[in-house]
Amino acid sequence: MNLPKIPLADWIEWLEAWLENHLEPLFELIRIVVGETVGGLETVLNAIPPLILILIFTALAWYIGKWRMALFTLVGLFLIDNLGLWSQTMQTLALVLTAAFISVIFGVPVGILCARSGTVQKIVTPVLDFMQTMPAFVYLLPAITFFSLGVVPGVISSIIFAIPPTIRLTNLGIRQVPSELVEAADAFGSTPSQKLFKLQLPLAMPTIMAGINQTIMLSLSMVVIASMIGAQGVGAYVYRAVTQGKTGVGFEAGLAIVILAIILDRLTQQVINKKKTA
Amino acid sequence: MAIIEAKRLTKVFGTDPKKAIPLMDKGWSKEKIFAETKLTVGVNQADFAIEEGQIFVIMGLSGSGKSTLVRLLNRLIEPTSGQVLFNGTDVLRMSPEQLRQFRRKNIGMVFQKFALFPHRTVIQNIEYGLEVQGIDKNKRREMAMSALELVGLAGWENSYPDQLSGGMQQRVGLARGLASDPDVLLMDEAFSALDPLIRKDMQDELLELQSKMKKTIVFITHDLNEALRIGDQIALMKDGAIVQIGSPEEILMQPANKYVERFVEDVDLSKVLTASHVMVKAETITPDKGPRVALQFMRDRGISSLYVVDKGMRLLGVVTAEDASNAIKNGLKLEEVMVREAPSAAPDTMLHELFEMMSSSKLPVGIIDAGGRLKGIVIKGAVLAALAGNSTPEAGEHHESA
Repeated sequence: MNLPKIPLADWIEWLEAWLENHLEPLFELIRIVVGETVGGLETVLNAIPPLILILIFTALAWYIGKWRMALFTLVGLFLIDNLGLWSQTMQTLALVLTAAFISVIFGVPVGILCARSGTVQKIVTPVLDFMQTMPAFVYLLPAITFFSLGVVPGVISSIIFAIPPTIRLTNLGIRQVPSELVEAADAFGSTPSQKLFKLQLPLAMPTIMAGINQTIMLSLSMVVIASMIGAQGVGAYVYRAVTQGKTGVGFEAGLAIVILAIILDRLTQQVINKKKTA
Repeated sequence: MAIIEAKRLTKVFGTDPKKAIPLMDKGWSKEKIFAETKLTVGVNQADFAIEEGQIFVIMGLSGSGKSTLVRLLNRLIEPTSGQVLFNGTDVLRMSPEQLRQFRRKNIGMVFQKFALFPHRTVIQNIEYGLEVQGIDKNKRREMAMSALELVGLAGWENSYPDQLSGGMQQRVGLARGLASDPDVLLMDEAFSALDPLIRKDMQDELLELQSKMKKTIVFITHDLNEALRIGDQIALMKDGAIVQIGSPEEILMQPANKYVERFVEDVDLSKVLTASHVMVKAETITPDKGPRVALQFMRDRGISSLYVVDKGMRLLGVVTAEDASNAIKNGLKLEEVMVREAPSAAPDTMLHELFEMMSSSKLPVGIIDAGGRLKGIVIKGAVLAALAGNSTPEAGEHHESA
């Protein structure tokens, strides 16, 4: 028997058009807020002379980590500046930090809700699976429809791809708090929010930080894809180098991303370790 | 009035737990209810009343429902049916806010695995209950410090729990339970995770604390010796139901059924029973009576020694029949021939300690209270009879010292 094809594609396009027509003000608001955040951050990062910013990052690395960490930061950032990729790298950093920041703002509360309610967890988990496995190119198109070309759809698609670890690990971290401790908190008459802020979040913090670390890494991995829809930065250099067949340029820009990734990863890792030993 | 009263307090685990209640009313066993309905009876219609200032021990083997029962009292586990009355107020009808206030102010808890918060220092752990009440920082620090001193851990306030030994951690747990000065303290197998010597120390300290603070304590244990040692009342549980409630002596001497009997048969009675359990009334005489009277008295009663006491029942010495005849021959007074260093002990002396005294003396041991008054005497035969599991011997019968 030949069943007619389900017109799923038509439905999705109808939904896209409907959302565009009815939620236009909301998308406009998001576009302005996200655009301004990235733009503002980018302006600040690029307003500071590279040398001073390099010293600030190095000092931060030395404060949080060890001297080896500081040395790597110093040498790595000098190399980026030397390759002439400084302002592009700062654009990328602004994009990544914005995406990570928004992911944390939304991801941690959603993770908390998941930890508190089995029903919420059951609904959210498949959605997260969907967000992580659906190829990123597929949601670039609606992102352009809703937010037009530029950095904003890049940030939005980075968030979609990068937010799941923060949600998952916040949920996991809270659920891993030993039940006898939760029982003790109850036995002394804690309200649910006292229990959350005095017991569950402090104990879940290393796990939540591991989630945030993953989120930062994943949004960094989205910068090349984001550049395809108009986000500026080193990602755009990589994309252009690939389309023009310039291996050397591509490698230089790719190296800048790697250096940025290592610095961000080690810094957040150190924060986790400090929390654990505190 | 009882401070805590449980009336037909029941907990059934499973879906639609109320189904099990009519079956329990019919007297079905836990196994039968599970086989028929897949419902697990946690606590089966427990009835008891706890008087203020008592240590009420709930004891039973693992799986007997004792940990569930104690959690029904502060609703960490929601009861299926029945009542919990705290000073006459039904705890089960409290709103979430009332329940929180009840837990904060009236009922503290100490846990088997300590359940200390690892990210908080000792003092922050102790003040947790005060902190959630919203008590001012300085005030609560002060209250927490006095609780810390009470358990003998002053100086450790800024350590983290994982820097302390098990015994010290549980002292912190105890201090946390006592910090808000609750009326009732629930102790769920509080000493079970500690090694035996530390455990005994903690029991001693608890009893000492109790003599000062007069808290009402609900103490859960699976260890009968512990129960007998610290309990004023003991409730013995099996399969979720309370099998017997009574004083330690009642549990030992009058077991309600075969189960309790089998439970108590391995108890080392010499470490549980005290002199006051086995002592009998002493035959006494005042020193103003002559040796002839004393001798006659002993002949009449068929005994071989008499305790010489003053008018206030304070023990002066012991006179044997032999001493009395010597006195008559030599024209001496009773006071001049009596043995002044008669063996004596306090009423709460354990039987195994009495053994040593008795082996070194022919005379029975006089039992003397704190005011020096003679309360009774312990005879070797009575001790042996008690250890053999017979109930308290009648006075006078075996009153010849070996």
